[in-house]
Amino acid sequence: MYLLFRCSKIVILTINFLFMKDNKNHKIIELEHVVVKLAGDSGDGMQLSGSQFSDTTAFDGHDLATFPDYPAEIRAPQGTVAGVSGFQLHFGHIKVETPGDLADVLIALNPAALKVNMKWVKPGATIIVDVDSFEPKDIEKAGWQNNPLDDGTLDGYRVIKAPITSLSRTTCAEIGLDAKSADRTKNQFALGILYFMFHKDVELGAKFLQEKFAKKELVAAANKAVLEAGYHFAENLQEFDITYRIKPSDDMKGRYRSINGNTAAAWGLMAAAEKAGLELFLGSYPITPATEILQELAHHKELGVKTLQAEDEIAGISSAIGAAFAGKLAATSTSGPGLALKSEAIGLAVITELPLVIIDVQRGGPSTGLPTKPEQSDLMQALFGRNGESPVVVMAASTPGNCFDYAFMAAKIAVEHMVPVILLTDGYLANGSELWKVPKMADLPSIKPRRVDDNDPDYKPYRRDPQTLARSWAVPGQEGLRHRIGGLEKEDVIGIVSHDPLNHQKMVGLRQEKVYRVANVVPELEVFGEKSGDLLVVGWGGTYGHLVSAVKDLQVEGKSVSLAHFNYIYPMPKNTREILNGFKKIVVCELNNGQFIYWLRAQFPQYQYLTYHKVQGLPFLINELKSRFNDILKGE
Amino acid sequence: MSNREFNQNVNVLTKEDFKSPGPVKWCAGCGDYAILAAVNSILVDLGGQKEDIVFVSGIGCSSRFPYYINTYGFHGMHGRGAAIASGIKIANPRLQVWHITGDGDSMAIGGNHFIHTIRRNIDMNIIIFNNKIYGLTKGQYSPTSPKGLVTKSSPEGVVENPFTPGELVMGAQGTFFARAVDTDPKMLKEVIKAAALHKGTSVVEVLQNCVIFNNQIHSMVSAKETKEDHTIYLEAGKPMIFGKERNKGITVKNNRLQVATIGENGVKESDVLVHDPTNPNDMTHYTLVRMGLPEFPVAMGVIRSCDCMEPYDELYERQIAEVKQKSRIKCMDDLLNSGNVLDL
Repeated sequence: MYLLFRCSKIVILTINFLFMKDNKNHKIIELEHVVVKLAGDSGDGMQLSGSQFSDTTAFDGHDLATFPDYPAEIRAPQGTVAGVSGFQLHFGHIKVETPGDLADVLIALNPAALKVNMKWVKPGATIIVDVDSFEPKDIEKAGWQNNPLDDGTLDGYRVIKAPITSLSRTTCAEIGLDAKSADRTKNQFALGILYFMFHKDVELGAKFLQEKFAKKELVAAANKAVLEAGYHFAENLQEFDITYRIKPSDDMKGRYRSINGNTAAAWGLMAAAEKAGLELFLGSYPITPATEILQELAHHKELGVKTLQAEDEIAGISSAIGAAFAGKLAATSTSGPGLALKSEAIGLAVITELPLVIIDVQRGGPSTGLPTKPEQSDLMQALFGRNGESPVVVMAASTPGNCFDYAFMAAKIAVEHMVPVILLTDGYLANGSELWKVPKMADLPSIKPRRVDDNDPDYKPYRRDPQTLARSWAVPGQEGLRHRIGGLEKEDVIGIVSHDPLNHQKMVGLRQEKVYRVANVVPELEVFGEKSGDLLVVGWGGTYGHLVSAVKDLQVEGKSVSLAHFNYIYPMPKNTREILNGFKKIVVCELNNGQFIYWLRAQFPQYQYLTYHKVQGLPFLINELKSRFNDILKGE
Repeated sequence: MSNREFNQNVNVLTKEDFKSPGPVKWCAGCGDYAILAAVNSILVDLGGQKEDIVFVSGIGCSSRFPYYINTYGFHGMHGRGAAIASGIKIANPRLQVWHITGDGDSMAIGGNHFIHTIRRNIDMNIIIFNNKIYGLTKGQYSPTSPKGLVTKSSPEGVVENPFTPGELVMGAQGTFFARAVDTDPKMLKEVIKAAALHKGTSVVEVLQNCVIFNNQIHSMVSAKETKEDHTIYLEAGKPMIFGKERNKGITVKNNRLQVATIGENGVKESDVLVHDPTNPNDMTHYTLVRMGLPEFPVAMGVIRSCDCMEPYDELYERQIAEVKQKSRIKCMDDLLNSGNVLDL
């Protein structure tokens, strides 16, 4: 008997050996959670089938997290490792925080997909391959010396050799689909096997395909038929004497949907606009991995959203500044290289004190760097990457779903405090998806833009609210409020151009103090775990899932470890010092060369900070984090 | 040509309404003053709500303009005025948006925004103050400086070929282009008013004198003694006749424009081309824009004014209205609960 999920030091999986039998005499093992990875050529539809299977698992009430891993090239040469596209899905009965370090099940549609992903599977994992694609030329193209299916490479794994290409073609031929199109249905055959293995209803998969290919009847029919063919293939296969079942999550009650970070960020802006009673304007330029924010918002004219696909990054933000001046909730979306181009314009938003949300979906840098890979290396740029004294609020989302909340809060802070806000997400959050509890608009906080009434006799462009120091927002078209603002320094209150030395110092101070005072509305930093102890793990942004998983595991082992994860970076939560103070050691973990640690040292130099950083264009692994934390706890 | 109606009955405006809220700080004798005066009087003529007017600029001497006129104003970044103005206009199409720029601001650092704004045909009025020099940085050559011009950054003379702004306008499928000189207030008013009345991006190039760093650069077209022979003022429906004696005309020979003298070599007045700024085909307008001394007079007036393209902002507003009408999603709660949701 094979043991699919071997417990090891690396991976701790809870398996209830409650053997049951279904009507075909398959043994059923109940699992708490499982990680599945689908890999193939970038044209093989891995992202589509990944989404499809995610939807199905969500429908069964599993918590889930996904991570697509695709190349920067659209169609790299077929069959090469450069062209391998992957999709990882982690679903379970328990709370799922990350897409998982290593896969329990790998589907490899060609030798290159196997080559790339061998290091990302657990020992003893199930590997399903398309044997039809392991011809000598395919094997050579992928860079294997010998055929990995028979040279011992896969010893210790449970290997299912399925003739996926040929059986998909046969199925499609019966329906009347040509061979070339038939090859695009291979992913469905592989999925069919998964549906069987995990007791999933193929009808749910068929429904997904029907919606996806609503306008292509034959394609929809062929995909559905191949999905079922894969299912039946597995059903009749001797190797599948064991199947697996995962119970629905207990904690999840209410209405959910699967959402990725970019969609969530776009919706968060839209929700903020509705709540503030403003129209939303996005000026943006396509850039990986932020483009979907522009695309998503372009699809919501029904709610009055305006988007401008500008001629470049600078025009994207400049048009947004224009829209902010004209009274809209204005935003721009970009990634690192685009943020660099927007620097001067962010400074203009700082000096004109206009509300503006800048979403930076971080990717590997510098320069073009790793366009499709996540990194947290734009933090310094967000904090300091401008000329002059140019403070802005900096925030970071930490899960795909909370990109909604932090985009909403970024907009709220921008329009209530009349300040530009940079929201940092990353490629991991942007493309990763999770099951997200659908919020009710009535439950979201109110947003009160600082608009002025027509003909307000007291209006002056730079007269400020005494509490927040935010100036008032008068917009063209309003009677009795004509004024002029711009990039030249202005005299306090009255807002005429001023080169007066003392006035400049005063205005620099006011703009700075205004950002500091945002701390008054920043929620307190929460600690996951005890408020004092041996080790405080500190993180920020998109690494939350991995950090909390690692910390949770160590807590279960009885170790004195807590997590403080930052979403508000500038200004920081007011209780930050108090929390740092409670621990013997502090380790700062981030996907860069150590940027947040600089920021912490600058503000709280009294503490010693240890570090764990990684710059590989990849998320953390829970296991590597635990190993580092254990070393620290042992005093190494 | 006037395809826009302003409600002139609402308010009677005077020049005082738009008078600079502070001191105007251009050099004495600068051509910018004439443009400011012309624009001010046009705003009075156009009437309407003064609160609906916005002046946007980039950086440079010209770009101080918004500070000197009492409307809503935004002084932006070098070259980016057109993009800022685009955002304002798209955000609120009801506004009357003016973009004030210079030859450096629009032809060099802001070239990209300039051509794309025109290509989109966003309804705004762009005035380029073309003094063929960088004034505010004290005298470097600009993208419109003539070849050979000696400046602080071209001590042996400029080796680059200059841009003619109108060529870029035509290349970007512009629907309106006019040219005037700062020494002729009547002409300035006429062309800027025509620009304001045009729906879509209208571009006015003002040949403007920088009295400090490039004095008399436009003297060939502005000097009293020579201007009639060196320029041609184009008017819709009128033959292209110019010169002190009003005897020179633009005719076509071998598919090329040429200057002919009426009464010589059998050339009659009826042989002279009649100006049609509304022709959607811009080939003649392009050729007129390129005319230059010594072979040709410099074309002045409204060279192109064509209603052949609907402005971006109108098309976009219509799309929004159509989608709003069709969609079942009326608020965020509708969207949040649409599609694949799962009740647990």
